[in-house]
Amino acid sequence: MRFAKKDILDIESLDPLEISMILDTAQGMKEISERPVKKVPTLRGKTIVLFFQEPSTRTRLSFDTAAKRLSADSLSISKSSSSIVKGETLIDTAKNLEAMKPDVIVLRHPSSGAAHLIAGRVKASVINAGDGIHAHPSQALLDMMSVREKKGKIDGLKISIIGDIAHSRVARSDIAGFSKMGAQVFICAPPTMIPMGIEKMGCTVSPNMETCIEGADVIMMLRIQKERQGNILFPTEREYATLFGLNRNRLGLAGKDVLIMHPGPMNRGVEISSDVADSGGSIILEQVTNGVALRMALFYLVAGGGRHADSH
Amino acid sequence: MQILIKGARVLDPGSIDGQKDILIQDGLIHAIVDPGAESPGVNGPEPGLEVIDAGGMILVPGLIDIHVHLREPGQEYKETIETGLQAAARGGFTAVCSMPNTVPVNDNSQVTQFILQRARELGLSRVYPTGAITRGSKGQTLAEIYDMQQAGIVAVTDDGRPLENSNLMRRALEYCKGLDIPIFVHAEDMELVDGGSMNEGQTATFLGIKGIPNAAESIMVVRDIALSEMTGARVHFCHISTRESVEAIRKAKKRGVNVTCETAPHYFTLTDEDIKDYNANFKMNPPLRSEADRQAVIEGLVDGTIDLIASDHAPHSVVEKDVEFDRAAFGIVGLETSLPLSLKLVQDKKLTMEALVDKMAKTPARIIKASNDIKQGNPADLTLIDPDDTYVIDPSTFKSRSRNTPFAGMKVRGSAFLTVVAGKIVYQRGKE
Repeated sequence: MRFAKKDILDIESLDPLEISMILDTAQGMKEISERPVKKVPTLRGKTIVLFFQEPSTRTRLSFDTAAKRLSADSLSISKSSSSIVKGETLIDTAKNLEAMKPDVIVLRHPSSGAAHLIAGRVKASVINAGDGIHAHPSQALLDMMSVREKKGKIDGLKISIIGDIAHSRVARSDIAGFSKMGAQVFICAPPTMIPMGIEKMGCTVSPNMETCIEGADVIMMLRIQKERQGNILFPTEREYATLFGLNRNRLGLAGKDVLIMHPGPMNRGVEISSDVADSGGSIILEQVTNGVALRMALFYLVAGGGRHADSH
Repeated sequence: MQILIKGARVLDPGSIDGQKDILIQDGLIHAIVDPGAESPGVNGPEPGLEVIDAGGMILVPGLIDIHVHLREPGQEYKETIETGLQAAARGGFTAVCSMPNTVPVNDNSQVTQFILQRARELGLSRVYPTGAITRGSKGQTLAEIYDMQQAGIVAVTDDGRPLENSNLMRRALEYCKGLDIPIFVHAEDMELVDGGSMNEGQTATFLGIKGIPNAAESIMVVRDIALSEMTGARVHFCHISTRESVEAIRKAKKRGVNVTCETAPHYFTLTDEDIKDYNANFKMNPPLRSEADRQAVIEGLVDGTIDLIASDHAPHSVVEKDVEFDRAAFGIVGLETSLPLSLKLVQDKKLTMEALVDKMAKTPARIIKASNDIKQGNPADLTLIDPDDTYVIDPSTFKSRSRNTPFAGMKVRGSAFLTVVAGKIVYQRGKE
């Protein structure tokens, strides 16, 4: 089977076979990062532009590391160093990048749909590294990879996602991905953080934290954004932690060998207590390790083969 | 110069419905005669007489779109009074109400006079300007409404933004009642909108676009019904899009409150599920709603709760539309698609042709106190509709300077064949 997609824009546009292919490829890539010389020549001569219009440390570093381990040339543009601040439109910036003949553009952008907007205008493959509150496919894929690696499967697992679903692109992509691969996804948050119609994406809204994590195989805690404190979604971090924080007591309700995940960065003591974050079930740092392998797989699949079936 | 429109079904709801020949002379409707009767032109061409063969077509009082953004002065890159009125003429509209959110805002008689002067020079469709309720439409102090009324405005509105201060709204209504001028209300609670850019619902959740709840509209509709009830002043609600608003207005009318309302063709044609690929040509305010809302809007048109159809023609350039969805400007052009989209309601047997003409010509005229009746001696403002013209909407053919429409590529039936304003042909299909 050949990977036929030009772009990786969201999970919805990938079918289960393509997702499996990405996860398998990523699993194969993982070993490269264990070698003393962590570099293979696979993408030598390919140019990858990391176009980050939003602050990001780990995701950009992860994509950058992935590109370098495959010997691609990676270039970074951030908001302050781009002409966007001079009033250039996103499409114009993308067309200018295109003129320099990159093979892949990795875009992070605060507007939902931004990656879709440029994907149709450039020949380069576009990988969405997070657009607004819409999608973060590479994060969901690395989450699926991490779960599959530990549990041997995704199908039939109970996945519980707790936190600000409404403003989380990670949650949307994880709900879509895990449900597509046959898991039962349960979500929980204050109703102020549950967006209308989210069940239709393939999840069940639990009435409380306890119901949500009861018998769970995987618990994924989302970051509560301290910067939203001035907002009106919940009164205090203290009260949030009381109602929706993951601590030792609650963890007892989950299934044996439950995996604890977090896309980072964590607020210890708010959505997750320190002891849980550092406990044996926590695979938070393995998520980061797998992130590099997964992104290597994405680069390889979109830029490593021949022409894409759907290239335009 | 005389014009004879021959062989059309002449339809002026409540007064005429039948095949008639209409003779136009000196800008007026000179004669309405039965076919075959002795009239100029029946025996062949005559000098100074233009004969329009209108067999199979419907001649109606000139259509009036009471909600149009002409953008001039100030935003001529989006639209000018000239291109806007050309678009109106092509769409079959003999008159439009211009919205005051120009740059500068039409909040004083000089801007009103400029718009009217420009429209007079052009000699296309008529313009009935609306003025701002408050200075600069800032919602703080009343504009000189009487002065603008003397200059020619027919209504006041801060369209594009709500009048958030309820006490100021109350005083504006009382003041306008004294001047017998209606307020056109843009009903929107900005706090509830909270930066949203499409209808709140499943589609918005999937697309990751911040939603605008129905209540952002209906909460203000309910407030202004209460204020109209209290003051007895005339309130006209613009671009109604939700089932809750329709229901609130229905009940208010039953109680005898002095309110009217309009909706726009996109609200009875599309829903939020039609938004594809983050195409900002589907972004307008209020946003495309759910199917239940679309059905409620149609129901409101059918039972008379919704008095009229207006397009909310809102031209924007590519620069403002070919961008990230949440950063794109709100609004779509409507003058050149309003008639065919509305005729679909007749084709689908939701409305009779009479009811549609009422909602697109007669009721708008009543609201702004204009007369477009088809009767002898009246100014000849007429629209000749070809109900069978079938075509695909192609924005490249638009007269409007902007092309921001969600209807590109849609197959429709019905168009304006001829638009006559004050006895002058301002548009004739095929003779552009």
